Amino acid sequence: MNTVQYPRVGETVHRQTLSNGLEVITVSKPYHAKSYAFFAVRYGGMDLRFCQDGQWRDTPAGIAHYLEHKMFDMEEGSVMAEFAQRGASDNAFTSNAMTAYYFTATSQFYENLRTLLRFVSTPYFTPESVAKEQGIIAQEIQETEDDPDWRVYANLMECLYENSPVRIPVVGSAASIRQITPQTLYECHSAFYTPANMVLICVGSMDPQRVIEEAEAILPQTGGATIGRDYGGEEGPSPAKREAIQTMEVSMPMFLAGYKCRPAPGGETLRQSIIGDLACDALFGSSSPLYTRLYEEGAVNSSLGGNFDMLPGAEYVYVGGDAKDPRRIFDEITQQAQALGRDGIDESFYQQLRRAAYGGMLRSLNSMENIAVSMAEGYFRGFDYFSFPEVFDTVAKSDVEAFLRENITLERAALSVIHPLH
Amino acid sequence: MTRQKLMENVYLTCVPSEKFKTSLLSAQLAVPLDKETAGRSALLVNVLNRGTIRCPDMSAIGRELDMLYGAQLAPSVRKKGENQLFGFAASCIDDRFLPKGEKLLEKLTDLLGEFFCQPDTKGGRLRRDYVESERENLADMIRSVMNDKRSYASHRLLEEMCAGERYGVGRVGDAAGVEKISMASLDRYYREVLPKGRLELFYCGSAPEKRVAGAFTRAFAAMPRQGMIEPVPTVRRPAREPYQTITEEMDVAQGKLAMGFRIDGEDKAAAMLMNAMLGGATTSKLFCNVREKLGLCYYADSAYHRLKGLITVSAGIECSDYGRAVEEIFRQLDAMVRGEWEDWELEGARQSLLSALRAMEDSAGAMEDFVMGQAAAGTDETLPGLTAAIRAVTPERIREAAQAVKPDTIYFLKAKEDRP
Repeated sequence: MNTVQYPRVGETVHRQTLSNGLEVITVSKPYHAKSYAFFAVRYGGMDLRFCQDGQWRDTPAGIAHYLEHKMFDMEEGSVMAEFAQRGASDNAFTSNAMTAYYFTATSQFYENLRTLLRFVSTPYFTPESVAKEQGIIAQEIQETEDDPDWRVYANLMECLYENSPVRIPVVGSAASIRQITPQTLYECHSAFYTPANMVLICVGSMDPQRVIEEAEAILPQTGGATIGRDYGGEEGPSPAKREAIQTMEVSMPMFLAGYKCRPAPGGETLRQSIIGDLACDALFGSSSPLYTRLYEEGAVNSSLGGNFDMLPGAEYVYVGGDAKDPRRIFDEITQQAQALGRDGIDESFYQQLRRAAYGGMLRSLNSMENIAVSMAEGYFRGFDYFSFPEVFDTVAKSDVEAFLRENITLERAALSVIHPLH
Repeated sequence: MTRQKLMENVYLTCVPSEKFKTSLLSAQLAVPLDKETAGRSALLVNVLNRGTIRCPDMSAIGRELDMLYGAQLAPSVRKKGENQLFGFAASCIDDRFLPKGEKLLEKLTDLLGEFFCQPDTKGGRLRRDYVESERENLADMIRSVMNDKRSYASHRLLEEMCAGERYGVGRVGDAAGVEKISMASLDRYYREVLPKGRLELFYCGSAPEKRVAGAFTRAFAAMPRQGMIEPVPTVRRPAREPYQTITEEMDVAQGKLAMGFRIDGEDKAAAMLMNAMLGGATTSKLFCNVREKLGLCYYADSAYHRLKGLITVSAGIECSDYGRAVEEIFRQLDAMVRGEWEDWELEGARQSLLSALRAMEDSAGAMEDFVMGQAAAGTDETLPGLTAAIRAVTPERIREAAQAVKPDTIYFLKAKEDRP
């Protein structure tokens, strides 16, 4: 076991790669009442086309999410009752590139951990239970159809990308989920839910050695083959479509602008994400000149915000909110990015942003959930999240300016708008 | 955790902790929730948030906060029972993670005090441009509740069910009321509520209590203290007989069902457990039956409004399943009345509530909300007290709590008939 202290963020981390390839990470929080375990698979909504044993396979949209729902079924019934009986609270999510199962507990941590390891590694699907889930997920999909925040994002992704599966909603559609059978679920489980494709992260006062022992005792001895993945190939800088407009029951217009970014240089994922975040702060953060001016004019309200997202083969900046004239805000943002890229970011403003961004990253470590998700993303993408203070030191103002200049351009942009019905 | 009287009608709660990367500070005024003033309180904090004498606009405030290593300071408006809690919550990196000798606590506390006592004014009154733009923003924000159909249905349920009661008033008032607030009336409200409202202060972090008390005393020295508005006790009412049904239409794909019940009883601990078993978790009766067994919805859950004695149930369903869903929800409530549950359902719910209470100490925000809620509602529950009460609940008391649950209002937001 490898133990590393991170004095600049006040954390201690234990890591071990098991013989089956599973990475086990424990973050010590000796003074917390709560313990948290997070078991993640590098498999998400984007992983629709993959290669197993030399054969390429296409699977229905929404399958990773459907599988997540059905994993809770065991031969003896739903595993949720096991957690519930111990007063633990369990849940799961599926994102574009990850599926994760987790629980929080204030007692019986190892019992709950064993349940977590066992149910995620045990597929059990019947035709009846798979059919019944159609109704539940169909309602979940319907709910997203009525959700303007979701729609404005989904429409933007369809505009930005031509081939990348990031343009397909993680939950799939009513039609795509109808193609899912117990057989497809078993096949996807066996392809992706292998120890070498997973990470176990525990945060709390547990014993790191004991966590390793429990994982070794329950999980398969072998890791599984590496799965080839097809994300649609590298895309050009231009979006597939410039604009998407939809009408819905909303109180005022809502928009989301997106900018397709150049891929980060190899091995620089964490550094690029820090640069991208600083670029967003400088461009439209709540203390930025553009934000304060637009707010003071009454052109935007406090809903304006955005971020830099990095997914396999798809990196983009998004920014949006409620605004009476979305197109004007979109134009202002694009122009301001070019101005900052050309004339430079004011030096004292940049120093101010750096301080704030550092504080913000440290703040995010108050949450066990944030820690686990960031560590898992780091593991799957090859960086150590807790090293951010050191990486942060290597970022210069010119990096942020170059990011804005190269990425936040009209050529790379698309705009998604939701207009009110009335 | 300690609580002390700092000045007349000003109380400070301190929670010493070294668990967190940040310290949390909060300053809130507690007043009765009222149709006339709810919107004014909300507008007031948003106007105060725009500028102080020292930091007169958003970029000055933004700069100040950024330089305090990304400190946060934001308005907050909450409904606690039939009282309203409004003010600012702030947080900053704990001294342990700062370059040697840097201290943020005093600076952030000073800024918090300035937001209350030293707004940027024109001619001695709140600035017209700030009042007008925040009035529009607040009205827009209130109207945007409709964007999230689930919250909108819950909001409409309480509005209809508790019409004429304080509890039926929205947390930040209603849009039409907010639009009518004049500059003069807001300025008057500021001068009236500032000296009279009870000021509750909160700190969680690594600084010793004495230093915290000193920082707050200095920051709020200019706060006028005269007269007193006390929080009001919550008024309980019996359920309507027969219960009312309200249906509204929107252009939506999924129907949103919101059902409101009143509890004719005082056994809060039993009601908490009963609610947890009925619809508080993914192993509850509503989840297992309405969702898992019948596949009628993606979510079906219930919430216990402890300070008011209500239970609300919420589900997103196919519009044509309305009858089946309502029937099934009543059936599950009946099962609670008849005591039809497995031992583990009760013990699991009990452990889950106990665990949630214990885990509150791991969240500065959760502790702040609990402490402030008690202060605003004028109740004196404590975490150890609640824990002991939940441990002591018997199956018999849960059945009695379920028996005391009476339907009052069913609200249904459904799709327009002519929708394709």
